[in-house]
Amino acid sequence: MNALITAQNLSVSFDDVEVVHDVSLTLRPGSCLGIVGESGSGKSVTARSLLGLNGERAAVRADRLEGAGTDLLRASDAQLRALRGRRIGYVLQDALVSLDPLRRVGAEIAEPLRVHGVPRRAREGRVQELLAAAGVPEPELRARQLPSELSGGLRQRALIAAALALDPEVLIADEPTTALDVTVQAQILSLLEANLAAGRAIILISHDLAVVERLADEVLVMKDGRVVEQGPTSQVLSRPADPYTRRLLAAVPSARSRGSRLSDAPPLELSARDREALGARRRGAGSSDGTDAAGAAGAPGSPADGPVLQVEVISKRFRGPDGRERTVVDDVSFALAAGETLGIVGESGSGKSTTARIALALAEPSAGRVLLDGEAWSGLRERRRRDRRRRISVVPQDPLGSFDPRWDVGRTIADAVPAETGGPARSEARARRVRELLEAVGLTAAHARRHPLSLSGGQRQRVAIARALATSPEILVLDEPVSALDVSIQAQVLDLLGDLQEALGTAHLFISHDLGVVHHVSDRVLVMQAGRVVEQGTADDVFFRPQHDYTRELVAALPHPTLQETA
Amino acid sequence: MTAETTSSAPATVGPVGPVSPEEPAQPAGPGPAAPPAALLARLRASLPGRIALRVLSALVLLWAVATIVFFLQHLVPGDPALAILGGASANPPPETVAAVRAQYGFDQPLLVQYADFLGGLVRGDLGSSYTMKEPVARIIAEQIVPTLQLTGASLAIAWAIAIGSTLLTAARPGLAARIGSGLEVVLAALPHFWLGVVLLVVFAVTLQWLPVVDDGPAGLVLPALTLGVPLGGFLAQVTRDEFDAASRQPFVLSALSRGTRPGDVRWRHVLRHAALPGIALSGWGLGSLISGAVVVEVIFSRQGIGQVLVTAVTSQDLPLVIGVTFVVALVYVIANILTDLAAVAVDPRLRTSIGGAS
Repeated sequence: MNALITAQNLSVSFDDVEVVHDVSLTLRPGSCLGIVGESGSGKSVTARSLLGLNGERAAVRADRLEGAGTDLLRASDAQLRALRGRRIGYVLQDALVSLDPLRRVGAEIAEPLRVHGVPRRAREGRVQELLAAAGVPEPELRARQLPSELSGGLRQRALIAAALALDPEVLIADEPTTALDVTVQAQILSLLEANLAAGRAIILISHDLAVVERLADEVLVMKDGRVVEQGPTSQVLSRPADPYTRRLLAAVPSARSRGSRLSDAPPLELSARDREALGARRRGAGSSDGTDAAGAAGAPGSPADGPVLQVEVISKRFRGPDGRERTVVDDVSFALAAGETLGIVGESGSGKSTTARIALALAEPSAGRVLLDGEAWSGLRERRRRDRRRRISVVPQDPLGSFDPRWDVGRTIADAVPAETGGPARSEARARRVRELLEAVGLTAAHARRHPLSLSGGQRQRVAIARALATSPEILVLDEPVSALDVSIQAQVLDLLGDLQEALGTAHLFISHDLGVVHHVSDRVLVMQAGRVVEQGTADDVFFRPQHDYTRELVAALPHPTLQETA
Repeated sequence: MTAETTSSAPATVGPVGPVSPEEPAQPAGPGPAAPPAALLARLRASLPGRIALRVLSALVLLWAVATIVFFLQHLVPGDPALAILGGASANPPPETVAAVRAQYGFDQPLLVQYADFLGGLVRGDLGSSYTMKEPVARIIAEQIVPTLQLTGASLAIAWAIAIGSTLLTAARPGLAARIGSGLEVVLAALPHFWLGVVLLVVFAVTLQWLPVVDDGPAGLVLPALTLGVPLGGFLAQVTRDEFDAASRQPFVLSALSRGTRPGDVRWRHVLRHAALPGIALSGWGLGSLISGAVVVEVIFSRQGIGQVLVTAVTSQDLPLVIGVTFVVALVYVIANILTDLAAVAVDPRLRTSIGGAS
């Protein structure tokens, strides 16, 4: 059989900087090729060069580059346009801006039809057929709506419908499930699977190994613009030959990885003095040889003097723009013991973040109450809370958004350092503390003068953790702290959080939509759905022996259970 | 800071005594603020409600403008009775002055005059001009039409420049974008009085392509260009920025991947995004055009509200000044409502989400 897409030694450079080096791939009819790699690995640039979509600054070189019978290296603009949409469909990651936010969904799906000469009369009916085929309920209504009125899953389906409008032989899906909830992700993958079964060839690009494993016949692992490993999916994922692939696989957090390290970075070494300086408490505090105490206390339910945070039947109601009241958090209760990690897992809109905001006393519950160290925490005037705010800190999902871009890292952290002493010694004490904090999160004193924008995603998250630790808190609220990170960086940050918790005895309230991450880090887990806690228990109980239907649904929706549990 | 207070804090936090005065105010959060907020939310939820709110705020604005103008004018030194009797140079006998004062109500307390003034406004009666001895409403009605024609034509020219320059040069590689944005800066920086005179000398006097003074459409071209070109340069800078930003969004890549021509993507997708900030500025732009019209109408000796305002101010014709200011404010309010409607037409998201931020 002839290959639909062939690339031999494809290289792409932008302004004389080569970002993709000597990539070779073939796509056979009816098969699925997965391209895996972390951000910046050149996956998307590779895919776009198959459509000539890398822009005018890109220089594409190859020994051979053919798509759907066309020589892409010599094709004219008109020939490329005839290819796009008609022979090769391209789907981007769902984002509010992957569909034009100012145009109706129907107009977006009709666009390829219009461009490729389908008469106006025929378009409307076709748009609805396409939406229905992509699994969009009420296609007539949806076609008239704006992208912002659709859920993420429906938008992704609409994007796929637009790419499939002219029944192309090849579909290139670039991170089609990123930023989607796990159950929605499973539906989108099923839709792609159905297309594959119908004989369409697919190139599936993802940073998520599990997603690729479910669909791809063959996998290509990319790193820094090069293919490091390539072969049948089962072989690459079960018997990886390249060290990078092995590291990538080991970095995926799951039940299997509990209690072990995900990255090959060395464990954090904190001296007893550092521990003291950082405010080690409970587990480590009092014992000068803290290692033993910390190790022994690592098990969940270790003795401590009562819960540090108690959330008692809280609810939160908001009034929507239409004047109607919505209950976002509904009768949620839990207790967080010292040194313990409580995971909260749920899909977007389940009330996780609002719960975190109430725990942080950044929002008041509409009903119920929150106790910090057994004392009232909710329902107080801010003045009466301010002195105790240092006991509970937050690490946000998007650290960059929480930094003042004009402040350097040193000032960002120093801003959170409580002033222990007054007078001339103060600024020096602060500088020393900033240095200690930076070292504790695996950065160096030199980072203090850098600006957040010049740091990588992982470094930014480390700075956010350092800032959260500046007040020596008893509780860290981690709101999707690793969701925006690549899997290997995520592994390092999760390891760091584990090391810090062991050394300092901080309690973690860990919020994530990622079941693997939550299972990896949590002692106990809370599953939230539509504002309610539907299930709670130890991590293994909840995920291995789920009692509630919703939890079962979540667990079943994981792209590939074998990779999550046993690989 | 926090640490210093912490050491003493437990003492004050622990016993309830010293802090109890704060307790009654404790449920301050959502409680008292809720009813008006709920009412507002309900009004905003429906289209008629939103329009009603809009009209109400416009009326409040107009009342505020009328009030400010009225009192400001009474702070200006000079006797209005003297202005009526022929200006500061006239020397009428005192009894004539007293008679005029009584006739116009200047002997009444200021608040009574203010109440009369507001009463007149409600009836659409802006009083009569001191110098022209005609109802202000009629004078303005005659003169506002040429001014509206001028500002309308200028706005159209400004938009043509903004859209043309953006579509042709924005987000293009190479020199085009730089030339386009450089030209826009130059246009935006042109002062009206200079541009007007240059256009007049070049096209009307030297080349004689267009009349110097003409009440017809031909006479509108040069004044409208004088007003519209600088605004066009300014609008183009704003639309270009947004165009650049929008053309980097993923939906552009999506559209290109469907086989759409790049020019088509610019025209059908990106331009619409770029127009939004320009539309938002157009209400303000119309206001600046009306104040610019004062200069341009003098240069081109055109009829218009600008001319009226200049003579009214110099001759201390209080009712005319107030009337013109009030009408200009009215035009401004209407222009802003129109730009809001235009924004909704271009950005359908606003139809469902105005005031819906939560």
